[in-house]
Amino acid sequence: MKSTRSSISFLYVVLIGYTLITLLPFLWALSASFKPLAEIAAGGVNLIPEHFTLNNYQTIFVQEPLFARWLINSAIAAISVTILNLLFNSMAGYALARIRFPGNQFWFFLILAVLMVPGQITLLPKFLILKSFGWLNTYQGLIVPSAVNATFIFMMRQFFINFPKELEEAAALDGLGRFGTFFKIVLPLAKPALAAQTIFVFMGSWNEFLMPLVIFSDPEMFTLPLGLNAFKGQYISYWNYIMAASMIFTLPALAIYAFFNRYFIQGVAFTGGKG
Amino acid sequence: MTVSIKGRWRKRSFEDSWSGYLFMTPTILIASIFLILPIIFAVVLAFQKVQLLGEVSYRFTGLKNFVRMAQDDRVWIALKNTAQYVAVVVPIQTVLALALALILNSQIKGRSWFRVAFFLPTVTSSAVLTLIFMWIYNSNGLLNNLLSLVHLPTYNWLGDPAVALKGIMIMNIWSTAPLFMVIYLAALQDIPDSLYEAATLDGASRWEKLLHITIPFLQPVTFFVVVMGIIGTFQLFDQSYIFSAGSGGPNDSTLTIVLLIYQYAFKSLDMGYALALTLMLAAILMISTIIQRTIFKEERLD
Repeated sequence: MKSTRSSISFLYVVLIGYTLITLLPFLWALSASFKPLAEIAAGGVNLIPEHFTLNNYQTIFVQEPLFARWLINSAIAAISVTILNLLFNSMAGYALARIRFPGNQFWFFLILAVLMVPGQITLLPKFLILKSFGWLNTYQGLIVPSAVNATFIFMMRQFFINFPKELEEAAALDGLGRFGTFFKIVLPLAKPALAAQTIFVFMGSWNEFLMPLVIFSDPEMFTLPLGLNAFKGQYISYWNYIMAASMIFTLPALAIYAFFNRYFIQGVAFTGGKG
Repeated sequence: MTVSIKGRWRKRSFEDSWSGYLFMTPTILIASIFLILPIIFAVVLAFQKVQLLGEVSYRFTGLKNFVRMAQDDRVWIALKNTAQYVAVVVPIQTVLALALALILNSQIKGRSWFRVAFFLPTVTSSAVLTLIFMWIYNSNGLLNNLLSLVHLPTYNWLGDPAVALKGIMIMNIWSTAPLFMVIYLAALQDIPDSLYEAATLDGASRWEKLLHITIPFLQPVTFFVVVMGIIGTFQLFDQSYIFSAGSGGPNDSTLTIVLLIYQYAFKSLDMGYALALTLMLAAILMISTIIQRTIFKEERLD
């Protein structure tokens, strides 16, 4: 499709316009996090703070002693969930793709069926089960139920099914067993699929709101989204603090996104096209 | 000779069963306890009255929970809100996603930069997005400041039941459209260039190509995007919860089905009824998914 010059510049105007719409709320929030409350209350529309201050960031850690704890809780949960998912989903995907064991088909179809069941459906029973385990208000209560993910088991299976057989045969000749082959040969070659998984699982866990809301009643155990919500209730109209807290929470996710951006797009295309 | 091969094969197949299940153990354990058991629980407990305080106890009540649902005004309000939401959000976000994808797919420089920028809302937590938007809508926020800058009347956007849900809708369109844009972008790569070349030879204009080649070719993807949009809408919770501090207010205007389930389960401690509502939600989602899959399959076979 050939395009004329004027239509190309029109497209740029649209794209830049939409970029502004996308970025403005973030920039506005970022700018508020560096403004003193008085400047916010005065109601200016300046993006560059008149009285630039880092006070808001200091204050949230001092005024809200649990803030650091919430950040750590979020990190512990997101990192554990990511590591367990990478390991367990890959193992299951590999077994389903490459190992002929009785029940292989049965488990595969069960996982496909489970794929269709959204988390909101299992939320309340999960709560009752965790309650009976005594796992409410514990890390394992948040981490263990999220340690596998049907979508990514399916994705790993599709990845391993196209994996060259010769490599595994060579590994078998070298005397490596199934586990040795998997961990030493197969997994290191699955990096692109693992990277896509890392970003999705980490983001999902880092941003999750409903599950922690249901299982955590103790403020000490809150993850940051819950903390932010509680914080908002307490410091209502202290938008400078709320925005500073929001920015701190957004930063790690943005870093991961920037780092894995390429794989992210591939992953969306995969989950979108085949989900 | 044959015997030894058979023996080795049998040994291998025994090893495979063993290692297959060893590889599957974490998945089987976790899926059984936290996915399959909950589904069974949900179905069984929806027909019970569940006592949560103190010792948990159950009493069979038959269809009582489901009868109650039909007479529950708040269920109808939540369904009405969701229907409104579907009617506004799904068409707009689908068209917006398609338009952005088409623009990014033309020969434009810096498209990966635009893509990265557009995607920011998708990777930001719903809690943070909601707080940012609440602040923009707040009576002393950016929206009112901009309005007063151009001497237009300001407004209490968060307090009016008539506009509160619309505020969440705008936020949702803004944050979800880029996700579907990427799905469209991937699908656009699959349209063979030869189709466009043939159309060019026939003297087709750009609009004709869009209407007669691109959009028909993308039809299954559009269907997927619409159904995913509807499913996502029925699952709406975080934004409503944070906007209304858990109440679904002002005046139930931001009440969603999942929020209602949450309130019945954890505020009224009526777990059985909440699970009956969950089953209704599950039925809606399943039907949407099944319709989507059937039609998607037919499209593929054509």
